[in-house]
Amino acid sequence: MIDLSHNIGEHDKIIEIRDLHKSFGDLKVLSGVNLDVYNKENFVVLGRSGSGKSVLIKIISGLLQPDKGTVKVFGYEVPQLKKEDLMQLRLQIGFSFQNSALYDSMTVKENLEFPLIHNMRNMTRREMRQEVESVLDDVGLLHTLNQMPSELSGGQRKRIGIARTLIMHPKLMLYDEPTSGLDPITSIEINSLINHVRQKFSTTSIIITHDMTCAKTTGDRVAMLYQGEFIKQGTFAEVFGAEDQRLKQFYEYNFID
Amino acid sequence: MEVNTSEKPLISKKIDGFFLGIHSALRFVLRFFREVFTPPYEFKEIIRQCYQVGYKSLFLITLTGFITGLVFTKQSRPSLAEFGAQSWLPSLVAIAIIRALAPLVTALICAGKVGSNMGAELGSMRVTEQIDAMEVSAINPFKFLVVSRVVASTLMLPMLMCYTGFVGMMGAFLNVHMNEMTSFTTFFNKAFNEISFLDIMSSLTKSIIYGFTIGIVGCYQGFYAKNGTEGVGKAANTAVVLSMFLIFVEEILLVQLTNALR
Repeated sequence: MIDLSHNIGEHDKIIEIRDLHKSFGDLKVLSGVNLDVYNKENFVVLGRSGSGKSVLIKIISGLLQPDKGTVKVFGYEVPQLKKEDLMQLRLQIGFSFQNSALYDSMTVKENLEFPLIHNMRNMTRREMRQEVESVLDDVGLLHTLNQMPSELSGGQRKRIGIARTLIMHPKLMLYDEPTSGLDPITSIEINSLINHVRQKFSTTSIIITHDMTCAKTTGDRVAMLYQGEFIKQGTFAEVFGAEDQRLKQFYEYNFID
Repeated sequence: MEVNTSEKPLISKKIDGFFLGIHSALRFVLRFFREVFTPPYEFKEIIRQCYQVGYKSLFLITLTGFITGLVFTKQSRPSLAEFGAQSWLPSLVAIAIIRALAPLVTALICAGKVGSNMGAELGSMRVTEQIDAMEVSAINPFKFLVVSRVVASTLMLPMLMCYTGFVGMMGAFLNVHMNEMTSFTTFFNKAFNEISFLDIMSSLTKSIIYGFTIGIVGCYQGFYAKNGTEGVGKAANTAVVLSMFLIFVEEILLVQLTNALR
């Protein structure tokens, strides 16, 4: 049985990954990833498309099974958890998908109420409405309450996707390409929102991106995933100040873009 | 469970894939039976799906059921007339409609309309990560999406079948009345003289099985859809083709079984 009621210290590890391997058929995606993410830290994973960034957070959330290695979240070994325990753990994890993954057939309000209806069965309609309005206010989209996802812009969809995860007050946030496909101004707004979420909800976050501005603005620490391994971890300045041709190339191409 | 055929094949990639597919489908069916009796129950979603399956198929069912009854009567008349046996028409039509046509027409219409809808809807939810989003929100997507849809189609098909039988008989009556001036009471008295309890029970049983087949095939195809929008189209298409094929196979088996009981 999962118990996350104990206090988590400032320097406690929220995520601990050792020697993680994952392949799809003959394609090796992750080969020996090691990672520690500490409480209330924003950790950015950078890498080219197809480098296995999204696979990494899908393994952390239990959506994919690793081939080898250990993945501990809040001290629990995710691949070993029983279905019921994994569900309990997931209540503490918020996952913001690359394409927002909003439920097309539901309004914004119904999208946000959906996790509450299924996980907080004792909550009244009134409490739910208050909670929905509160998180919508946090992401600055209170006016979209009765709109359908198809009526929203890309940036608004991302924000609603984040709001839907925040409604369960998670301790860990996983952002999959939060700024991909957005214009620079909307990207800056999303970056500010990620920082605001950390401040207001005291979350630990992993941000998957290939956007250097996003990495620089949101990350306390940054790591570069290259051919299935982390080649460098540290602050933004440490990582991109290092004498490594692969990092320099990634940095330069990003800013030429 | 996804079918992984990337490892070295035991026999050949195609044959291995076929058996792995059957294994995966059987696991899906077993999971359905495990989850359908486990709380919490998604009553609200089941009712919403019943509305989708039942009410939204009603117009098409009315039209096809009525035409089937009318045309079948019209086509049967000349053969019976050769022996001067037009008076047998109501009984013949009733046997054909209640024993075979009503369950089959209902199932085929629903396979096309409901099965494809389930395949496409769940397929699109899969490729746009909406099913993953449910899972990471600690919601059981199988229970919410699959169990509710399969239960709804299993419950609604027998009801739709009864309705198809009724409108089919009305179509038949219209044709008989226009040609032989038979009254409503006489027509239905003659029609139901030849219908036994076993006929009605076997048709209801068939409809339940067809409803389950349509639901489980549509959901299976959609739930494991892959390869983007192309995969969604494939899921919808396979849902229709496979469920129609299985319905005919089940029809043969169930007719044999009913005849053995008769």
